[in-house]
Amino acid sequence: MEELNALFHGFSTVLSWYNIGMMFIGLVLGVIIGVLPGLGGPNGVAILLPLTFTMPPTSAIIMLSCIYWGSLFAGAITSILFNIPGETSSVATTFDGYPLAQQGKAGNALTASFTGSFFGALSGVVLITFLAPLVSKFALRFGPPEFFAVFLLTFCSFVGTDKKTPFKTIISMMLGFGLAAIGMDTVSGGLRMTFGWSELLRGIDFLVVVIGLFGIGEILVSMEEGLKFEGKSGRINLRVVLQTWREMPRYWMTLIRSTVVGCWMGVTPGGATAASFMGYGLAQRFSRNGSKFGTGEIEGVIAPETAAHASGTSALLPMLALGIPGSATAAVLLGGLMIWGLQPGPLLFVEQKEFVWGLIASMYLGNFVGLIIVLSTVPLFAAILRIPFAIVAPIIIVVCAIGAYSVHNAMLDVWFMLLFGAIGYVLKKLSYPLAPMILALVLGDRMEDAFRQSMLGPGTGLHVFWSNSLVGTITTLALLMLFWPLIPFTLRCLRRMAGGRRNGGDHGKTKARTAE
Amino acid sequence: MERKQSQGGFARGLSYSVVDAITAAVVIIIGIVMMVDNQRIGITWAVDGPESGYFPYHVGLILCISGAAVLLKALFGKQRNREIFVTWDRFRLVLLVLLPTAVYVLLIQFAGIYVASALFIGAFMRLLGKISWLKTILVSVGVNVLLFWMFEIQFMVPLPKGPLEAALFGY
Repeated sequence: MEELNALFHGFSTVLSWYNIGMMFIGLVLGVIIGVLPGLGGPNGVAILLPLTFTMPPTSAIIMLSCIYWGSLFAGAITSILFNIPGETSSVATTFDGYPLAQQGKAGNALTASFTGSFFGALSGVVLITFLAPLVSKFALRFGPPEFFAVFLLTFCSFVGTDKKTPFKTIISMMLGFGLAAIGMDTVSGGLRMTFGWSELLRGIDFLVVVIGLFGIGEILVSMEEGLKFEGKSGRINLRVVLQTWREMPRYWMTLIRSTVVGCWMGVTPGGATAASFMGYGLAQRFSRNGSKFGTGEIEGVIAPETAAHASGTSALLPMLALGIPGSATAAVLLGGLMIWGLQPGPLLFVEQKEFVWGLIASMYLGNFVGLIIVLSTVPLFAAILRIPFAIVAPIIIVVCAIGAYSVHNAMLDVWFMLLFGAIGYVLKKLSYPLAPMILALVLGDRMEDAFRQSMLGPGTGLHVFWSNSLVGTITTLALLMLFWPLIPFTLRCLRRMAGGRRNGGDHGKTKARTAE
Repeated sequence: MERKQSQGGFARGLSYSVVDAITAAVVIIIGIVMMVDNQRIGITWAVDGPESGYFPYHVGLILCISGAAVLLKALFGKQRNREIFVTWDRFRLVLLVLLPTAVYVLLIQFAGIYVASALFIGAFMRLLGKISWLKTILVSVGVNVLLFWMFEIQFMVPLPKGPLEAALFGY
């Protein structure tokens, strides 16, 4: 019950006028950011981060995390009304959401998706409340080798879960590590990869990269697609809301299934996008109306949104407990922690009680207030999308430029933003995943520090990562995750080698199992 | 990377797989540069653990390997995507955003961020959106007044200013 006490203490922190005001600003900004093309969770938070440098950290994280919730909620608005996913995590919502809107049931679809999101998020927060303190307490035993192993596990599972383009995931990740290494080396103080350019001394800030890749890159991609918004009207009145809520309990199985999938994908860095697709896919397979999916089933809206929100929320669990973010936005928030002078890691729960529990309490409150805000003001936000792109695009670019500049008050950063915008456009079109790059960029220095600290002293080598059972297990698990996609591949190869032999399949299976 | 991308537009025929291959080649070059530069500062095991080039060197090495894998897949893979990466018509739209943005960033250095932003938003709305003069001026000036209020007065974050602000407010 220690957690509940701490949580109530957190609520008392949050319930001040200043913090509630920050929460409102964050939520409204978040919904706007989520609705606008070219602005999403990661770079919305990145742009506003420099403004919070002078704020108290607790208020700052409340505002920024509320931007995150707001943008998650907003993804559903554009998907359902305009058939355009405002966030990649709401792509699956368009499958059934837009058909529903075409049938004039946009209100029901929106209510269902918001309520599902709320349910998913709430479960995520409950999970954080009770699991995160335990995880962090466990992680207090971790030394540098264990931390390096956990970092390794995080990145390896990124590669392992990507079935289509594992090499592109690796490239994106390594580019992030490379960018993180530029500038002053934190251990020896020497310069790395500055190529005699003194401006590179302080390195390339992750905020600039995020704003470029996600902001400018996104604008370029949406410009190419030639945006024409033809939206359905999204009026929600109390009657529709109540009617939908009455229907919701019927889909309890979908809600729970999607929540579990989402929480799992959020804690292990699978990401909200993968979670929403999995949630949709599972609902389609197991629902009685599975065959009608895609033609406008309420269930097909609830499933992906619940999973996406559950995953987005629980992505903060590893961030708070271990200092390892589970999504791109969480990575940016983690970068914020370091800028505010907080040391991420398991000690956060011990040293910064007020901050951590304030944030967790604000997650309960923020998602509840967010639900009310989006339910009551959907038409207003939908109207934003009807503003011509020729007005919205330059304003977003201006805001991005200001955001990039204000990180270090450096003009060079604005040029870097432009460069990363062009890079982001190409990489996005070639379906390179960008989240691993941001994660690597934020974690790169800490991962390297952990590596080098574990190598201090005589007689060290890579065997340090198998020196005790704890670190050995994590490292082995990480390698297993990394080579996970190869297992079916080897299986197939072995099967082919076995050729016409009858027992070829079994033979391959046993081989793969021994390889595991 | 920008250069390669514009070639993609001009040649009309560049397919996804070719652009994929070029990008992979760029990745390999980046990897080689990283390896060479870190070799210089030491990649071996010193008495107190790995030297400072050790980690980035291996990052570069992995970049080269994965870059090569993507390159081979793009050139010889069975499921190559032969669709055109971007048609000229569409790429024109991208350039219509990219080039003015570059001009805008250049302009910030001379005219300050507020004047440059007002001009940029105005030009964009007027030339690309064909929006009436009144609306254009209202939006471009209004947005900048709002930004000025938010950054300079509310949050006290100084942004680059040019001759106009110096003349008007003495910044």
